[in-house]
Amino acid sequence: MSPLTALLARGPGAPPLWRPAPRPGEASWLTDRRREATRWAEGHGFPTTKHEDWRYTRLDDLLEIPFEPAGPASSAAEVADEVAAEVAAGLGPHAGGPRLVFVNGHLVAERPEAAGPAPGAQVGSLARALEQTAWSERLQSLWAPARAGYDHAFRALNDALAADGAFIVVPAGCAVERPIELVFVSASGGPPVLASPRSVVLAGPESQVRVVEVYAGAGEGPVLTNAFTQVVVGPGASVSHYKVQAEGTSSFHLSSLEVRPAEASRFSSWLVALGGRVARHEVGVRLGAPGAAVSLDGLFLPAGSQHHDNPVRVDHMAANCTSHQLYKGIMADQASGVFNGHVVVHEGSLGTDAHQVNKNLLLSEHAQAYTRPRLEIFADDVACTHGAAVGHLDDDALFYLRSRGIPEARARALLVGGFAEEVLARLPAGPLEAYARALVRARLGAEEGSGRPSEAP
Amino acid sequence: MLRVDSLHAGVGGKEILSGLSFELPAGQVHAVMGPNGSGKSTLAHVLAGRGPYEVTGGQVSFEGADLLALSPEERAAAGLFLAFQHPVEIPGVANMYFLRTALNAVRRARGEDEVGPGEFLGLVEQKAAQVGLDRALLQRSVNEGFSGGEKKRNEVLQMAVLAPRLAILDETDSGLDIDALRVVAEGVNALRGPQRGFLVITHHQRLLDYVAPDAVHVLVGGRIVRSGGAELAPQLEANGYAGLLGPQAGGALAPLAS
Repeated sequence: MSPLTALLARGPGAPPLWRPAPRPGEASWLTDRRREATRWAEGHGFPTTKHEDWRYTRLDDLLEIPFEPAGPASSAAEVADEVAAEVAAGLGPHAGGPRLVFVNGHLVAERPEAAGPAPGAQVGSLARALEQTAWSERLQSLWAPARAGYDHAFRALNDALAADGAFIVVPAGCAVERPIELVFVSASGGPPVLASPRSVVLAGPESQVRVVEVYAGAGEGPVLTNAFTQVVVGPGASVSHYKVQAEGTSSFHLSSLEVRPAEASRFSSWLVALGGRVARHEVGVRLGAPGAAVSLDGLFLPAGSQHHDNPVRVDHMAANCTSHQLYKGIMADQASGVFNGHVVVHEGSLGTDAHQVNKNLLLSEHAQAYTRPRLEIFADDVACTHGAAVGHLDDDALFYLRSRGIPEARARALLVGGFAEEVLARLPAGPLEAYARALVRARLGAEEGSGRPSEAP
Repeated sequence: MLRVDSLHAGVGGKEILSGLSFELPAGQVHAVMGPNGSGKSTLAHVLAGRGPYEVTGGQVSFEGADLLALSPEERAAAGLFLAFQHPVEIPGVANMYFLRTALNAVRRARGEDEVGPGEFLGLVEQKAAQVGLDRALLQRSVNEGFSGGEKKRNEVLQMAVLAPRLAILDETDSGLDIDALRVVAEGVNALRGPQRGFLVITHHQRLLDYVAPDAVHVLVGGRIVRSGGAELAPQLEANGYAGLLGPQAGGALAPLAS
């Protein structure tokens, strides 16, 4: 076995992965794209800290591990089942919405609603969709040709290796009432596993849908999850995306969320990141049609020696679009967290309203935060703000609580919980909110029922 | 109840309190008045246990215990309360939850039963009505976006809920309009009783028009330069502190009754 870097090396020793053979029944365009992606990755290599968007994230350890791409059958199926059951318990009883469970990127279980999620809506496996001619043609446009370039080799790697994931189609005017839950379990019984889930959400004009992605880890061996989710938001449609990243601390999590909002559409994403030895969640939004609004929120809570990286890129390329970002990091122990937010307001994007906020709380002297809020404006008549802060717990606030009789440890937990609350409060009430709050409470050592303050009038 | 004996304290090596002494018996209200920079707020913070103030000499006993050996939360559990001059905003922590957490922390430290959410709601709504705090502010984050007057009412609400043995009011009257001033005064007067003491730290006589003190101490340059009865406050208001800094200023302190 060779380290991941060796997979990119040309030469007689290079594994067959990098000369991908057609999969049985695979469309020829897909075989071509996979080969192109492979060549691109070989040509460009993995990103290093010399790359602007990877400046604070070292991959040396990751690239030394001999990951093997995951097949449909997992060596850790049993333990994966346990983790999936834990996540299901955390999310509460099956609320009637569809729930798909993937192990190392391959669908293992689906529980669609008896009558389907909504008339005409589809929730299923991407592998199956790729086998159907009509969908295969539609999906071809989402596997960008290599000549368009990839942001980095991991994106190309997903194009080359992804075989399955969720495929969600919501037809025009359709409102899917219950959130669609996608549970991704990373599992290794020993040998390092590379999982490449690929999910696609196609929301038709004036449709509404909420999608939840939960990533959890199982097993002893390391897993690299290299996930890619693409969301196409139709005109006037409304899509909400929620992600809970709770992988094991020996795993690596690299993911991208790519959003294409159409005219007058609404998109929101919400992230809570807890797991992973190195975890990176990239969000890219291209506002290419007028009147669209996006809201991107994130809460990252690395502890121990974890490293969390949050690159967010928003391109305003049309008039009267709105983007809002609120990312908060709470770094404990020797952990480090990165917010790398880049908003570009392109020429002609009149009436742009872009706001970006990143706040970081360091809970120890050894914790680190890197924040790079960037705003580039090439248009007139825009309202743009950005701000960033890094700090420790406020001594005045700590004393205030203690002077009221609240013991120091409890006072600290209250203040840290209060810091997280601003992001947690942006979750709609429901099972996901309860699940996310329970995970955050467990991480912060806060107590049940700290309560959400009402919004100021 | 509270005995401050030759207290020296400062911050960053700079002495602010230079041998301060007084005694506050249970059941009394004492006022501490003094010009800006005389050490009034330092006294309040040192008594409540605020860092980074360092005590470099002297003793403070509270109900017979060594107050300076206790952590801020232990002081609160022992029955001490400080109403802040500048109440702190705490985003993301609901005022109601904060109050209940504080009350139950103090009760737990005293070996008393905790108060459940239902019972607490009744208590806090009644007290909030008394101090004229809008009920909506109970659901909001602690002090966040509160007006100056609302913050001070919230301090009085906390005092009413925690019902301390000794309450220190650190310039609680500063920046208040007359209605809010009355609320603060009524809050103090409602709690007055033979078992409670109040230390009212103030720059002006205003609050003392509503809360009649049993004694007034004048703090100048980190020491109490004069103590007297309630009549001292209007004299100070009329003549200013400068009048006290004459030949007798550094002289022997008038011993307090009881």
